[in-house]
Amino acid sequence: MYRGENGKIKDVKERAKKSIDKPPSVGLDLDISRFKFSSEVHEFISRDLEEKASSIGVDVSGKGRAGNYLQIDSSIVFEESLHQSVEVMSISKALETYDWLLDYYWRALDVDMDKFTALSELKGGGGVFIRVKSGVKVELPVQACFYLKTGGLSQNVHNIIIVEENAELNVLTGCASPRINEGLHVGVSEFYVKKGGKLTYTMIHSWSEGIDVRPRTGVVVEDGASFINVYVNVNPAKSIQTMPIVYLNGVNSRASLISVILASNNSIFDVGGAAYLKGDGSRVEIISKNIAKDESKIISRGLIVGEGRECRGHLECRGLLLSTKSIIQAIPQLEAKIMDATLSHEAAIGKLSEDEIYYLMARGFNEDEAISILIRGFMDIGIPDLPPMLNRYLKLVLDGASKKL
Amino acid sequence: MLEVKDLHVEISGKRVLKGVNLRINPGEVHVLLGPNGSGKTTLINAIIGDPRFKIVQGTISFKGIDITNMPIHDRVKMGIGVGFQFPPKIKGIKLRDFLKELSFRFKSNVNIDELVNKLNMSNLLDRELNVGFSGGEMKKCEILQILIQSPDFALFDEPDSGVDVENLVLIANVINEFFGLNVKPSLRKKSILIVTHLGYILNYIRADRAHVIIDGVIACSGKPDEIISNIRIHGFEVCSKCIEEKMER
Repeated sequence: MYRGENGKIKDVKERAKKSIDKPPSVGLDLDISRFKFSSEVHEFISRDLEEKASSIGVDVSGKGRAGNYLQIDSSIVFEESLHQSVEVMSISKALETYDWLLDYYWRALDVDMDKFTALSELKGGGGVFIRVKSGVKVELPVQACFYLKTGGLSQNVHNIIIVEENAELNVLTGCASPRINEGLHVGVSEFYVKKGGKLTYTMIHSWSEGIDVRPRTGVVVEDGASFINVYVNVNPAKSIQTMPIVYLNGVNSRASLISVILASNNSIFDVGGAAYLKGDGSRVEIISKNIAKDESKIISRGLIVGEGRECRGHLECRGLLLSTKSIIQAIPQLEAKIMDATLSHEAAIGKLSEDEIYYLMARGFNEDEAISILIRGFMDIGIPDLPPMLNRYLKLVLDGASKKL
Repeated sequence: MLEVKDLHVEISGKRVLKGVNLRINPGEVHVLLGPNGSGKTTLINAIIGDPRFKIVQGTISFKGIDITNMPIHDRVKMGIGVGFQFPPKIKGIKLRDFLKELSFRFKSNVNIDELVNKLNMSNLLDRELNVGFSGGEMKKCEILQILIQSPDFALFDEPDSGVDVENLVLIANVINEFFGLNVKPSLRKKSILIVTHLGYILNYIRADRAHVIIDGVIACSGKPDEIISNIRIHGFEVCSKCIEEKMER
């Protein structure tokens, strides 16, 4: 057993304990004492889970996947690999199996970043470990699904994904919950993309109105490697605050962080991305499309720090307000530490154009249909680097969202 | 088909149309000429029902029904189609997908692929609707959409501006073919109103009647050839005089 035997774990626990009250550096603070940390054990997939999962592209049958992981609350329902070069297992099992995994544990993120990272360490329950072996390119996605089922629970998971040298992996993650009064999801994720490797990570959230969500993600990208992060959330939640941090340490490393957010009801979504361009010739683009309706609020953050020679970074934030009581705030930050960094940003927030609505009405669409078409167009993200199958899932999710409006 | 009576229209409080009267019978092709700012596009937008063009007096009726206060899409359902002069860019919507949706909606039996070839615009299908289109591409795209809609009454706003001769011929041929303009008006069912600043498209499409709009009123109406040649020689000045004469009468 690794726990307690290793100096690192002891140290990590100590640091976590000291940070358990540390408020997050950005976004809303939360009182975590009101949540509980255990629930009954789940072994079966309920009908509502199956339906909710399929609405976010997760097929609980696990067909057509390179591997599957499903967790309900803190119960691991299944963990399986369907590809000989891909490992998929719970994080606890992985830490027991591989001593070396400790080298990746809390390396891309600091355990004492804030109370949520600390909480994940001290009250952790599950999480997935995924690794693809060097040189192997796997097109079928590995699917991971986290379902927060029990009201009042804090679901704290720690995920680690390792893409070995020159390997390629596509991960599809769905996080969801049924209608419950309250709940907290803390997802700590550490991704390592080694030399020449490629990781696409598509995460689709479908929470409900009582849920607070605090993912914490750190990514390390090595020489010539690329990381593509796609985040889609078109359903309400109580609050979400997330800002993945990508370290482009490698020469000519690449990252794209793309998010599509639709906030409704009283949701508060504080979503962004940060990239440190450390490697020479490293590049990043951070693109966010934000739609706010009802009385929701979106804060769209972006941070690019240019440190490597001839690094390039671009931030783009588009916002669409659909109601007079919704708010979108764009907070782009660029920091150049070297003269030959090329960093740029553009942000535009507004409402739907009347010209476009009336144009579509002149093609026979009624006003609601015209608005739905325009919103669908606004949300459109064709991502050439993503396998066709995942682009199709995204299309389904976004089509569904624009029709529901 | 269409009857406009004493139409007064305001845009942001400014009166642009000041009593327009216009009657277009089934099968007729009319052309509306006029200098910039005379109210040509305003008339088109009022007929299609853009609420930003406020009708303060007068009526518009279509197929005998008063449509003055009808929403845009209901007018379209009744059989009015419009090709805009400056269509807006619709981001994130591919032309191919949009045409499919239109075709489904209007239960169209138009062969889209064939038309796309005829208009030489297959390179546009995977582009976003009107995004980065050249003037000619925009016009061709508007025509194509109207043909899919197959309206009984089509309005074309400046289909010849910003279009080179080659593309103008393509556009005119398609309109001639689709609306059956090679036969007598009495044998045709569909009507057209073409707005044109300088009348280039009339070299390729035969219109039955022309109107000149000056400062928000129809200054004169008559045979297209006569009116066009008059304007080409004397400019729109001659029409202004025409109005003054009418007023005096």
